[in-house]
Amino acid sequence: MFKLLLHRIGHLLFTLWAVATLIFCMLRVLPGDPVQFKYISDGGSISAEQLQVQRARFGYDQPLLVQYGRWIGGLTRLDLGISVWSENPISQEISQRFGITLQIALVALLIGLVMALPLGVLGALTRGTWLDQLIRVVTVTGQSIPSFWMAMLVILALLSLTGWIPSIQEVSFAEKPLEHLAQLFFPALVVGWRLSSVNARLLRSSMLDVLGQDYVRTAHAKGVPPARVVWRHSLANALLPTVTVIGLEFAGLLGGLVVTEQIFNINGIGRLLIQAISFNDLALVQGLVMLFALIFVTVNFVVDIVYALLDPRVRVH
Amino acid sequence: MIREPVIAAAADAQPARRPAAAPVLSVRGLTVEFPGEHGRVRAVRGLSYDVAPGEILAIVGESGSGKSVGALAVMGLLPPTAEVRAEGVFFEGRNLLTLGKAEMRALRGGGIGMIFQDPMTALNPVMTVGDQLTEPLRQHLGLRPAQAHARALELLGLVGIPDAEARLAQYPHQFSGGMRQRVMIAIGLACNPRLLIADEPTTALDVTIQAQILELMQGLCRRLGVALVLITHNLGIVARYADRVLVMYGGELMEQGDTATVLRAPRHLYTAGLLASVPVLDGLLTRRLSAIEGTPPNPANLPPGCPFAPRCQHARPACDATPVARPTDVGTLSACHRAAELAAGQVAWRPALRIEALAPASSATPAAPIDDSPLLQVEGLEKHFPARSGFFGRGAGVKAVRDVSLSIRRQETVGVVGESGCGKSTLGRLLLRLEEPTAGRIAFRGQDITHLGANALRDFRRQAQVVFQDPFSSLNPRQRTADVIAEPMRVHKLRTTAADARAEADRLLALVGLRPDHAERFAHQLSGGQRQRVAIARALAMQPQFILCDEAVSALDVSVQAQIVNLLADLQERLHLSYLFIGHDLAVVRQIATRVVVMYLGRVVEIADRDAFYSDPAHPYSQLLMSAVPDVVGGRARTVIPIRGEPPSPSAPPSGCAFRTRCPQVMSACAEQVPPLVTVRPGQQVACLRHT
Repeated sequence: MFKLLLHRIGHLLFTLWAVATLIFCMLRVLPGDPVQFKYISDGGSISAEQLQVQRARFGYDQPLLVQYGRWIGGLTRLDLGISVWSENPISQEISQRFGITLQIALVALLIGLVMALPLGVLGALTRGTWLDQLIRVVTVTGQSIPSFWMAMLVILALLSLTGWIPSIQEVSFAEKPLEHLAQLFFPALVVGWRLSSVNARLLRSSMLDVLGQDYVRTAHAKGVPPARVVWRHSLANALLPTVTVIGLEFAGLLGGLVVTEQIFNINGIGRLLIQAISFNDLALVQGLVMLFALIFVTVNFVVDIVYALLDPRVRVH
Repeated sequence: MIREPVIAAAADAQPARRPAAAPVLSVRGLTVEFPGEHGRVRAVRGLSYDVAPGEILAIVGESGSGKSVGALAVMGLLPPTAEVRAEGVFFEGRNLLTLGKAEMRALRGGGIGMIFQDPMTALNPVMTVGDQLTEPLRQHLGLRPAQAHARALELLGLVGIPDAEARLAQYPHQFSGGMRQRVMIAIGLACNPRLLIADEPTTALDVTIQAQILELMQGLCRRLGVALVLITHNLGIVARYADRVLVMYGGELMEQGDTATVLRAPRHLYTAGLLASVPVLDGLLTRRLSAIEGTPPNPANLPPGCPFAPRCQHARPACDATPVARPTDVGTLSACHRAAELAAGQVAWRPALRIEALAPASSATPAAPIDDSPLLQVEGLEKHFPARSGFFGRGAGVKAVRDVSLSIRRQETVGVVGESGCGKSTLGRLLLRLEEPTAGRIAFRGQDITHLGANALRDFRRQAQVVFQDPFSSLNPRQRTADVIAEPMRVHKLRTTAADARAEADRLLALVGLRPDHAERFAHQLSGGQRQRVAIARALAMQPQFILCDEAVSALDVSVQAQIVNLLADLQERLHLSYLFIGHDLAVVRQIATRVVVMYLGRVVEIADRDAFYSDPAHPYSQLLMSAVPDVVGGRARTVIPIRGEPPSPSAPPSGCAFRTRCPQVMSACAEQVPPLVTVRPGQQVACLRHT
């Protein structure tokens, strides 16, 4: 087990390094100069000497290798440089907005799992009946509806049904906990719905597969009651593919958050990314993409560990 | 009967049981049907039998015979689409078909235990063995956790698993196949059942492990007074372990009775045909087996009346009537319409073969090679598979083949036998250069092919072909038979036009006994035997000189196996082929091989001419293998040499002679040196220090 952990951590670090290098190269390949863009994008202008000074200030005048070295070195110290657009340290910009996004992501993950479990298991157990068909319609719909459209539907529904939407200004948990949770819940619902649809379909098919296995037949032959056969004997096995997929689906979840934050006007890092791109702020985009990569890689790392906990065959390397 | 079976009375034979007590299980008129695409599938029809307390009843049948479905119906484990009808299925007097779900569940695992075929998949991989074993104890016997744990330890001791305390906390993947099956037996016996149903419990296991498991089951059932229904396709197992036998075919009961009687004096033509077609270890060896023509029936498409009639040599119009089981002159029950004539000797099962095929085979007959120069020569062959290199781990590598030398002459069949992990399959792949040897030399027709590249091997590939074990997965499901056979010809440019290739394919189909209309079919539309014939035809398309048969008949039904073995022998004579026949069934190897090679953990332990080997195996492992194989002829006469322990892991072989950990004749010197192959008699070489 320890070897497994070390192995995975090694992978994680290597992946992060590779992503950092790739991001660096890709952004440097793009045409246009970010510093110049900042000053002339609104129709303003800047003289050549001023430009040089500003570029030196942000470190863009250094040779590429030096910039790369600073980038990697900065990563290890969690110093992501300075945003050209806001002129604040990037780490500060991120840390101000990271909390809310993380909360929404976690709640979305929770919703994704909690809704998927009964749908998937029920779909497998009632296979072929009208209930199964209904569940299938619900999950396929959930999977097909784009998150931004669903977000708008949710807002419209809230307004027309209850005449209320969560406050636009961000409310912290300490001040008004319920208000805060309400702000979290709806974007999380939108994003989590899609995740739960994918999981439910996967869980259903994986459950059907498990129910046809020899060891389930053995359980029946031992006289185990049907409920216990499902919950104790089958579910752990059926969840294995689902757990793996959650890691991959998490990338989609992050992507969905970017759009959803925009629609619900949440001041999270998703929204920040859109703003950074529109302002052509290289350093900020770089930092944010690294952050997404880190989140993604970490989630998959956790998934690997959970998988090893669920499946004893993986533990013995 | 061609051969007179030799059945000596075994010293430990149980006296014939007179059912004084009421039967534990009484099945009356069981019929199981499934809805199918083209009408109903009748898996079991009108099956009736009794099982006395403590008795071992074997149910024998081939595919489609309904033997497994019948057992699952008794347990109530069939899917809801199955329609089960019967006058009654009585377990200790209670009709199981009328019980409610909860009552039935109480019986399953409680009064009736069941053991399934494949131990590798029958246990839940994410639950510990202890949890799976104590579960029925807590549920059916209401034991508290501590009590259940104690009983679980007891059970593991009963089935011979050492170190029980530690084992209970382990997971199934940490057990070997034989151990897992022991665990299954322990689970089956956990709640003191009166009846145990075992569905092909040893089919997936090696021969020596099979013997251990069956001895264990027989011993436990006798001791504990548990009745055992043993479902199998292996007549040898029936002969050695069963008190009574029930023969099924096409969902119907064919014959039923005391084992010794049924085997000695079959009163159904199917039983007679089956007994005649099974290859044997002892007794007269004929040049060809007496095979039953045709293939087992498809349960979706059964003929009216006796299901065996289409393949029966003595079918009459009367056989279209529904068969009824009637008592025979020897005290058995037979559903054959001509049972009385069979008893009186007026009809008999005769082999549909040429008379000279019945002549006894000997080493001097046409199996003798044409010329003496070896076709294939192997010296000092080694194959090591390196450890999986990980970031931080180094597992031990596996030396699959160690220092193997042998030669194969033209028109010779060398049989290779051994159990899992012995390296026989790897050896076959090395000979075909599907793998590259780590060391050693392979020469084909004098040319060294050990390290040739793909292009240089092309010519060799044409001359050396292979037939694999599983006919279903070795044929491309998307190709029609004609294309399957024509493809190698196109690849090697032996036939340039499509019409030419097609004509040759048709010729080859006829050669292997298929009809031209089979050419248009896909693999899934053919039976197992037919598919294997297609695989053989494909191998012949190249006009090879050498064919590797890797367990080529192991996946086939008994009655079809004989046909394919005969076909291979015919083709060898006609086309002067050489075979390397890899098998685990010693009796089949005896029928087809002229020399036998025995392998254990990568090394050759014995090479002998067929007759020398089977009359007097020299190596202790060979003797062990021979005694572990239950034979139809001779039944319980041969004593079983008790087999100790499990085969060692191929990645950590014992020093010196690898067999020493299980050898009944081990000496201290055996750990120190690897025994060399020495000639014990003309035509027999052994690697054993006892023979140096």
